[in-house]
Amino acid sequence: MNAAWLPLTALATSLLVVVIIFALPEEARRLRTTINLVAAVVKIILVMLMVRRVAAGHEDIFSFQVIGGVDFVLRSDALGVMFAGLSSLLWLCTTVYAIGYLEGSANRKRFFGFFSLCVASTIGIALADNLFTFLIFYEMLTLSTYPLVVHNGTQKALDAGRVYLRYTLSAGVVLLLGAVLLYTLTGDQSFSSEEGLGDYLNDHRGLLTLIFALLVGGLAVKAAMVPLHGWLPRAMVAPAPVSALLHAVAVVKAGAFGILRVVYDLFGIELSVELGVITVLAVAASITIIYGSLRAIAQEELKPRLAFSTVSQVSYVILGIGIFGPFGTVGALAHLLHQGLMKVTLFFCAGNYAEELGIHRIDEMDGAGKRMPLTSIAFTIGALGMIGLPPVAGFITKWYLGVGAIQAGMYWIVAVLVASSTLNAIYFLPIVHRLWFRLGPSHGKGSWPKEQRLGRLETHGWLLWPMVFTALVSLGAGLFAGLPFSPLDWAARVANGEYLP
Amino acid sequence: MIWRFGLFDSTFEPLASTHWALLAALGLPLLLGLFAALFSPKRALPVALASLPVLASGVVLLAAFEQAGLLRWQWEIAGIHLSLRLNGLSVLLLLMTQVIGVAAALYTPGYLRLSETGPLARWLWPLMGVVLSALSLIWLATDLLTLYIALELMGLAAVGMLMLSGKVPAIVAGMRYLLLALVGSLTYLLGVALILGHWGRLDLQGLAEVIEPGPVAWFAAALIGAGLALKAALFPLHAWLTPVHENAWTPVSALHAALVIKASLFMLLQLWSILLPETFYAPRVIAWLGMLAIVWGGLLAWRTDSLKTLVASSTVAQLGYLMVAFPLLLGPDIAPLPRALAWEGFWLQLMGHAFAKAAMFMAAGNLILATGESTLKGLAGTSRRLPLSLLVFGIASITLMGLPPSAGFTAKWMLLQAMIITQQWWAVAALLTGTLLTAAYVFRMFRYSFDETAPRHRYQPLAPGMDMIALTLALIAFALGLLAHYPLELMHGGSP
Repeated sequence: MNAAWLPLTALATSLLVVVIIFALPEEARRLRTTINLVAAVVKIILVMLMVRRVAAGHEDIFSFQVIGGVDFVLRSDALGVMFAGLSSLLWLCTTVYAIGYLEGSANRKRFFGFFSLCVASTIGIALADNLFTFLIFYEMLTLSTYPLVVHNGTQKALDAGRVYLRYTLSAGVVLLLGAVLLYTLTGDQSFSSEEGLGDYLNDHRGLLTLIFALLVGGLAVKAAMVPLHGWLPRAMVAPAPVSALLHAVAVVKAGAFGILRVVYDLFGIELSVELGVITVLAVAASITIIYGSLRAIAQEELKPRLAFSTVSQVSYVILGIGIFGPFGTVGALAHLLHQGLMKVTLFFCAGNYAEELGIHRIDEMDGAGKRMPLTSIAFTIGALGMIGLPPVAGFITKWYLGVGAIQAGMYWIVAVLVASSTLNAIYFLPIVHRLWFRLGPSHGKGSWPKEQRLGRLETHGWLLWPMVFTALVSLGAGLFAGLPFSPLDWAARVANGEYLP
Repeated sequence: MIWRFGLFDSTFEPLASTHWALLAALGLPLLLGLFAALFSPKRALPVALASLPVLASGVVLLAAFEQAGLLRWQWEIAGIHLSLRLNGLSVLLLLMTQVIGVAAALYTPGYLRLSETGPLARWLWPLMGVVLSALSLIWLATDLLTLYIALELMGLAAVGMLMLSGKVPAIVAGMRYLLLALVGSLTYLLGVALILGHWGRLDLQGLAEVIEPGPVAWFAAALIGAGLALKAALFPLHAWLTPVHENAWTPVSALHAALVIKASLFMLLQLWSILLPETFYAPRVIAWLGMLAIVWGGLLAWRTDSLKTLVASSTVAQLGYLMVAFPLLLGPDIAPLPRALAWEGFWLQLMGHAFAKAAMFMAAGNLILATGESTLKGLAGTSRRLPLSLLVFGIASITLMGLPPSAGFTAKWMLLQAMIITQQWWAVAALLTGTLLTAAYVFRMFRYSFDETAPRHRYQPLAPGMDMIALTLALIAFALGLLAHYPLELMHGGSP
């Protein structure tokens, strides 16, 4: 039985919210908040329904014809609902956080409207079943994030927006060219088709390689792979919830997810290996991982350090693709979720330090653990996870990537992993040390840059609880990785589908 | 190629009800326009009621076409055979004309009330009626004489509308436009005279059978082509376009950029497909000029400081996309698949641009009307106060950029596919460059509007519905992109 309404409704809930938010007046704050939260919860329920249907072996399809030979198709498959789940869960958290963060500031209608559009695009990206549909939502994501990046309207924000557009729109053009070339060669290719493009290998080897380069090159910009990462650190001028969304779910992940789709579902892993592009991906990812970490060490402000850490961490997903074998794939897929959870926590923390204490630079963080214990615990969990220490989720990823690399005989990847973990420790541990072991303003030494008492607890409740929640989930994803429906379990299910016919 | 324009004999006689629908589609805009000159409507409601029968006539014709395929009406007046035909393409273009025409008419009362338009404003209505009637005739006509009459009527009425504001720059720009339009018509007429003298007939279907390639056909095609290219503002004959739009009233600009220049382009393609079928050089020249148009129009729009010039220059670039497709439509040895793709992409692009450009002019007009500023810098900080106008501008510009999910995107997709199959890599490069250039000038405007440090101005509130009309047009351009299958299917219908 095909429940076509399910993927359609999952997409339509967020789109409908966009329309309603734009139709409401700026002052209707309570109503807007209510609609936002209700829709976010409804969306989680819908995605959970989809997960259950996919687990039971149903893949629901909604489609219609756009032009001859090109269809618009939404399909809920295992990989898709995984990303949809991440997106809907973190939408709820970031929405709650954003409501608290933007309390009393201007242009909230515009902000939440485009915020919801951004999330709707990620759901579309997750459920798209062919390259054409994927492209629609991918570009929609580009456009809907621009107003969020420039939200503050300062010179710096507007400049960052311009850089962001330069990178992403040029990438979109490259991607479009690749997509049209592919359609001209092969016609409409569903992501669910079993064959992949193997039939075309003998006659069109060069063209296939070119198409792969165009598609992955276009996607790598959003995935912030070196040297196409320049927009990401600049986009940090956006408000904290936007950074959290950009780094954890929406933009960066959309790029990585797109590369996953292209390699596993469009070309097929065997063909990608045959073309020799997999190794190139692994090398590019390794360079990005090391370069991102090195740049992160050099940053003196908290948010840019986290931004470069994202550059580095997202490429673990790409690295996992580059390791041929189920373990590498499991590591890649699991990291898509794990990195999202941990990174969103870290950004929430950074936003809280900035809002409550006015902290932007790392050397201002001395002793903040005493003043903001929950935030600092959450930050510590996120940081340890990023380094890859058990039992936080990040450990699972690195373990699987390492095992995969050894099985595939790619020992240099193990070296990359070790080097990267060391570098991660070098830029995260000093912060943790400052938080807990240095004496600071809360011990009577100096004062905070700009302290506000936002709530009864250490900060405003709307800012605090989403962060606590995501920190707990990051911890839980590592501790209970063996349970059914954990990120790891689901990643293994997707990988099984990929390697076992 | 000829059959695509419906120049063949029909299978069924049109029913009596379609006669009335035809009469209404051709005559009602004119009549209603005259009526409105006498009783100038102050609100949008009477306009809406009056436009219902016009839209109904379009729907009846659509239904008739879906039932019977190609429709053809024939008369004999004083020994001259006249005929009108309605194929899938004409139905689509007719409906597009009616929808955009009605939208412009609905927009007009509010606009006239809020801006200081002077005593001549009431004459806008009959001129608008003439333009819409003449346009409908151009989509249906099948002989060179009727086409000439309709073209001339449309051109003169358009000049009249553009000069109505009575300001000196508007008059100067209008006079220049008049002069060029007359030169264009005269050149066209010369070509027609040449055809009449040599082959002794003017009906397109008959001409298609007798015309053979040779110096006469080439010379006639060159004359007709030059005349129509001038009227369609094809690069490099576009210089008159921006000053005209700079000073015109908003609904006039919307009608002109969306429909009037498209009519000349439609005629150009139709006549060349008769005079120059399967030619190599002429369409190539147009395509090369089109590439230049994309770049030049984009640069003009990028460098300008005036919002209206930005919107008008973007028309030059967008016409370039259409010009680039000429070799695929008219060139020799094009396989059926790329030709069909290019044909569909061409019209989808044309229709998408028409809706989006009309919406964009209205949105720009709203912004200018509300702020009293017409420069990009003057619009700084508008996102806070005029979010809806800005949103409409944004949605319309997505179509112009050719990003999904818009008609511009789907059309670009099809054109790219056709160009890749025929390996026209230069054209591919031009289309992709066009996307980036469009994004560059559109986001330049948004960059200003998001500026939060700008000083606050007092804003004049807009009449209700002025934004919604523009929004509807912009959303139609979106719907055309996602649901392109249905209109494109219509264009296949009624083939022999």
